[in-house]
Amino acid sequence: MSSYKIIDHEYDVVVLGAGGSGLRAAVGLSEAGLKTACVSKVFPTRSHTSAAQGGISAALGNMGEDDWRWHMYDTVKGADWLGDQDSIEYLCKEAPAAVLELEKYGVPFSRTEDGKIYQRPFGGMTKNYGNETVQRTCAAADRTGHAILHTLYGQALKHNTEFFIEYFALDLIMKDGACKGLIAWNLNDGTIHRFRSHITIIATGGYGKVYYSATSAHTCTGDGNAMVLRAGLPLQDMEFVQFHPTGIYGHGTLISEGVRGEGGYLVNSKGERFMERYAPKAKDLASRDVVSRSIAVEINEGRGIGKEQDHVHLHIDHLDPKVIEERLPGISEASKLFANVDVTKEPIPVVPTVHYNMGGIPTNYKAEVLTVNGSEKTVPGLMAIGEAACVSVHGANRLGSNSLIDLVVFGRAAAKRAAELVKPGMKHDEIDKSETDKCLDRFDKLRNSQGSNPTSELRLSMQKTMQSKCAVFRSEKTLKEGVDEIRKPFEGMESLSVKDKSLIFNTDLVETLEFDNLIRQAITTMDSAYHRKESRGAHAREDFPKRDDENYMQHTLSWCNGSKTKINYRPVHRSTLTNDVQYFPPQERVY
Amino acid sequence: MVQFNLPSNSKIKKGQYYKDKTGSKNIRKVNVYRWDPSKNENPRIDTYEVDMDNCSSKVLDILNKIKNEIDPSIAYRRSCAHGVCGSCAMNMNGKNGLACTKSHSELDGDIDIYPLPHLKVLKDLIGDLSTLYKQYESVEPWLKTTKINDKENIQTKEDRAKLDGLYECIMCACCSTSCPSYWWNGEKYLGPAVLLQAYRWIIDSRDEDRKERLKKVADELKLYRCHTILNCTNACPKGLNPAKAIAEIKKMLATA
Repeated sequence: MSSYKIIDHEYDVVVLGAGGSGLRAAVGLSEAGLKTACVSKVFPTRSHTSAAQGGISAALGNMGEDDWRWHMYDTVKGADWLGDQDSIEYLCKEAPAAVLELEKYGVPFSRTEDGKIYQRPFGGMTKNYGNETVQRTCAAADRTGHAILHTLYGQALKHNTEFFIEYFALDLIMKDGACKGLIAWNLNDGTIHRFRSHITIIATGGYGKVYYSATSAHTCTGDGNAMVLRAGLPLQDMEFVQFHPTGIYGHGTLISEGVRGEGGYLVNSKGERFMERYAPKAKDLASRDVVSRSIAVEINEGRGIGKEQDHVHLHIDHLDPKVIEERLPGISEASKLFANVDVTKEPIPVVPTVHYNMGGIPTNYKAEVLTVNGSEKTVPGLMAIGEAACVSVHGANRLGSNSLIDLVVFGRAAAKRAAELVKPGMKHDEIDKSETDKCLDRFDKLRNSQGSNPTSELRLSMQKTMQSKCAVFRSEKTLKEGVDEIRKPFEGMESLSVKDKSLIFNTDLVETLEFDNLIRQAITTMDSAYHRKESRGAHAREDFPKRDDENYMQHTLSWCNGSKTKINYRPVHRSTLTNDVQYFPPQERVY
Repeated sequence: MVQFNLPSNSKIKKGQYYKDKTGSKNIRKVNVYRWDPSKNENPRIDTYEVDMDNCSSKVLDILNKIKNEIDPSIAYRRSCAHGVCGSCAMNMNGKNGLACTKSHSELDGDIDIYPLPHLKVLKDLIGDLSTLYKQYESVEPWLKTTKINDKENIQTKEDRAKLDGLYECIMCACCSTSCPSYWWNGEKYLGPAVLLQAYRWIIDSRDEDRKERLKKVADELKLYRCHTILNCTNACPKGLNPAKAIAEIKKMLATA
């Protein structure tokens, strides 16, 4: 192994990732006086939080009566009862304060006539435990994520957070089952950096890029998830992949649910508003898994639109152009750019597109990572937040606008918990050289790959397999084929080709490391899906069309070593956090 | 001695030519600026023949196609691929823009792809934006208010509308790196991107620091190096108008 220049750092806490949750955690940690480093492979405002459009949920009640308990009920139901209700209680109860705090930070929220934060209807968000639509989703036009991300970056600057930007994280440093920091590669100058920290917070987002067509950014490769797998820890509920009902046909760009919140609706080739058949009450504002499945059924039964009859139309051309200009300007721009559609005159061609990972690193509501044996014991020194984490508040299906609130509520919770656990300037443990060696061995081996399979080919093969074998509808047959097929690109890495051997901005190697991360998550996703023999939320099995509460009120845990996985289960929490609200027992889920 | 020529190590040389291997009848030549800091070589232009029958509509699709199918060593930043993250800002046929929103059908002839102008190049199409980021920090991009309560600030729709055309900025740097004043005085002149951001906070009705903010930018170099060339507004891929924001700052200072 050639020698690498290693630079050592010591911090109280290291946050990995600088999207919405990472930045919110970093702000809280800096406020608490902890020496904090925030490490990110992209400049903070390039993070994928910037792509969130429609809004952030919180029962503020600015646009009519609301109650955080109603929000909690909606989230529990949206999650198809796979969410942990203690965590969901925490999320919904803390949400209003978290949004008001964002407003104080300077987020340019849209406003009501009396100058308060504007809130719009969103899928699955209801009044009085499922009775009628409520306006709960706080919006900055249709650029809410962008507005929040830029504002949080400003706050981090205000608090002098130390950033390490364009550093690609390689592995966690583990010692006796505890996390002691991480190792990263500085793309700017090619050096290796070893961060020792009392707590490491993973905020690396989702891994949408295991699929061929996704609303996710190229950088959504779930690097933190893979680091956790390599550390011998499990991921949770990986089979639950959300397909957003409205990605632009052919390109995958997200068209916000806010479009339907503002009155947009879907039609099939017969011009029918088909959602009325699938969700008589909520119609186009049913939860995302329901709408995506309905579109898939329409297409499968021959009522899709276009030459291939493979998409449907989303109309907003009946709305007042002024409303579109004020509340949905970004959608108009994206539709023009990627579908060549003038939304004031024509419908937008859309198709369900991979959008969000409900699964991730298992944590409790304090953001502490849960351990090896599937119990409630935590991994000392390790936390996870945001899309990378599985708290689990989204269970089997996330409601729209619950992701942004998840970022800030649990970003804040992680900072609070870390401040309880760590006192500024505590002494660091010695760490064994073997962790660094193991990490750099993998790095060096990948960098010097001289085989014949380019990373791009292996990635494409993985993406096509996921797209065809682990889609909206799944069955024993497709999943069994998927379980076999998804291992081929992994095996292909034995003869990998990396052309660029340099160390500065070697994006060939970055993509290879990202692929190495992605493929492990693809395998755990496929295997987890294969083993869950029921339909719940986003996981729809044609051969097991019903939810099976007797056997599967459980979180899937999956370990992955090479291409070998181990699947186990952990019971869903069946109690709330406090007596402020009662546990919502499972019901039939109709919209 | 006055030097009239570029130093010899920065002259751009002709690089490799990658001939089409697909047999496509619909080929486009794409010339890409290449420079590898780890080799002691001059920058060069590599030319790729790209099969346009199997390429999606944007310039970023071309780059991804080259990286995936022809030459994985080519380096550029990219992330969201739909014009919200600002990563893939570059110069295409002489004009700055986002590769992910720029349609190649709008570009005539061979396609020339360069990094954003007048930045230190880190590798290939990746420019060093650290100066711009420091300047962004210097305008203190956070809300300053002394109000401490648990209610939201009230802001009228009219006051909120004043932030439209400003808060949407994605800091891609297309504007600043198209500005001749910024080219000459980039260390001292804040440039259009940062001044637009400064104005975003100056004009926010919730902010209590307007006077101080104005005083801080009222500087011969920081602000008044804007000579209303308007390249910035012409370059902005989000359709924003940094020149107007700068003019508003100047107006506020003149009438204060």
